[in-house]
Amino acid sequence: MPHAPAERVHKMYSEGGSFMKGMLLGGIFCIVATLLSSFNFGHQQHTDHHNHHHVNAPSKEELLRLPEHKRIELSQNIRVYCVILVEPKDLAYWAAVRETWSKHCDKAEFYSSEEVKVFESVSVETKDPWIMLRKALKHAFDNAKDHKWYFIARPTTFAIIENLKYLLLNKDPDQPFYLGHMVKSGDLEFIELSGGIVLSSEALKRLVGVLGDSSKCPEQGRMIWKLPEDKELAVCLKYTGVFAENAEDTEGKDIFNAKSVNSLINEAMAQTPQEVAESCCSDVAVTFNGHSPNNMHVMMFGVYRLRPFGHKFHDSLVFLPPKDSDND
Amino acid sequence: MTCPSNLEKKARHIKATWSRHCNTVIFMSSIDNPSFPTIGLNVTEGRDQLYWKTIRALHYLEQHHLNEADWFLKADDDTFVIVENLRWILANYTPEVPIYFGKRFRPFIRQGYMSGGAGYVLSKGALQRFVEGFRTNVCSHTTSVEDVALGQCMEKMGVQAGDSRDSLLRETFHPFVPEIHLTGTFTRSLSYRNYCYYPTVEGPQCCSDLAVSFHYVSAELMYILEYYTHHLRAYGYQYRYNPRLPDNYTRLLAN
Repeated sequence: MPHAPAERVHKMYSEGGSFMKGMLLGGIFCIVATLLSSFNFGHQQHTDHHNHHHVNAPSKEELLRLPEHKRIELSQNIRVYCVILVEPKDLAYWAAVRETWSKHCDKAEFYSSEEVKVFESVSVETKDPWIMLRKALKHAFDNAKDHKWYFIARPTTFAIIENLKYLLLNKDPDQPFYLGHMVKSGDLEFIELSGGIVLSSEALKRLVGVLGDSSKCPEQGRMIWKLPEDKELAVCLKYTGVFAENAEDTEGKDIFNAKSVNSLINEAMAQTPQEVAESCCSDVAVTFNGHSPNNMHVMMFGVYRLRPFGHKFHDSLVFLPPKDSDND
Repeated sequence: MTCPSNLEKKARHIKATWSRHCNTVIFMSSIDNPSFPTIGLNVTEGRDQLYWKTIRALHYLEQHHLNEADWFLKADDDTFVIVENLRWILANYTPEVPIYFGKRFRPFIRQGYMSGGAGYVLSKGALQRFVEGFRTNVCSHTTSVEDVALGQCMEKMGVQAGDSRDSLLRETFHPFVPEIHLTGTFTRSLSYRNYCYYPTVEGPQCCSDLAVSFHYVSAELMYILEYYTHHLRAYGYQYRYNPRLPDNYTRLLAN
């Protein structure tokens, strides 16, 4: 039986209203689903994602489980290629790095924005930090495949390569490792360049594989504004299923530091004044950042020479001093 | 050696770091402070009182602590000391022999004298001779320049000025911070070179791996040096410098 006109209009509106509500709800659902899936893009693609977000230095017990000949073999075979990104304005730091810690890399290569007469370097002919990093890593991949581990730093970084090797000793470079001082920025977990970035052979291989894909890893970066190069790197690596991991010692202290010893000591003086040197930093720290060139020489003395007589360390590994060097 | 206004600014950090490695530590000041604790030496503060303070401090040690120790180290509240390395230097000497060690300077005194700021250490025999010198008026308050004045008394009383360098002839007591000695920004000055008793070395060989002291060390640097010396190291690294154990190794172990 047909409805009265007024009722018909009302019913039409109420049916229309439901329809509109339905459309609106459907539209909202669609938008939310799209947004959610865009946040999850990385996670869908991991093939062998590590469940842990940090890696640890091996404990004494773990190392002693390896037979001695194996430990000696590992001490000699673990080879680190150092990539140091420099510009002419960094000359004082560059000189300090050349004269100090880089001598302990199995091979150290300086990648500079342009050729500089004073020091040898590989010129990447660009001032753009992200393009510089891309070119340097591509060069490292092409020229240093026999090194299983790649360590990337700025000239303001100071690194103790022996402690890096100690950290990496029981880790397989054919697995994708991307380690250092991890920072979370919004949704992105990345390794800070100034604290040093460690890439395993497999991680570098995957990165180089995606460098040519401009939908995933473009030269101009993925955003309209420029991201710092260490964030760009993290985004590209994420596409290949490689995730950032923080490195800690057996006591849970950070091994890679994007701050200087002075800075960390000052924090400890304020927070734990009764045990400043004990709590500020790891005994087997790999990196610090922000020391003046002179202070890098002091750190070289402090790490490789200055010590109290009478302590014996019974370490499971043996690293010899480099040739042609007298400050270590 | 400290003073009331420096207890919280400086002496506190020595208490929290290197002085823990001494067998006994005494903080000397102008005023008694039972809670820190400090010993009051009945002087006023100031550069012109510096030698009086040292004279009173050493007399106090001789009176109250002579048989508690073999060696007596005097340091300032901005001196950083690595006590284990001091023990290593002293291990081959007998404390009854009157001898003293530090950063040796050349001027004014024939056998030289030891820098006050870099810290100096007297054998038991030397401490006894110092006090004896004042008792017999052979030594007196000659000048307020504490390290020169002490050096004069030591020479008069037949206390030998020792050579504190390591087996590679590198200095162990240092009158400045590590940065200055290692990067040579100051030691190029002619007057410093003329002061040093032994030939001055610039660059990395300025300083022994087994350094004993540094001077003009800020509070922050105290903790940094403590971290570098006793904590941070390169795992598995085989040091280039491997000095022999001193002959008196068992005495070293007993400490």
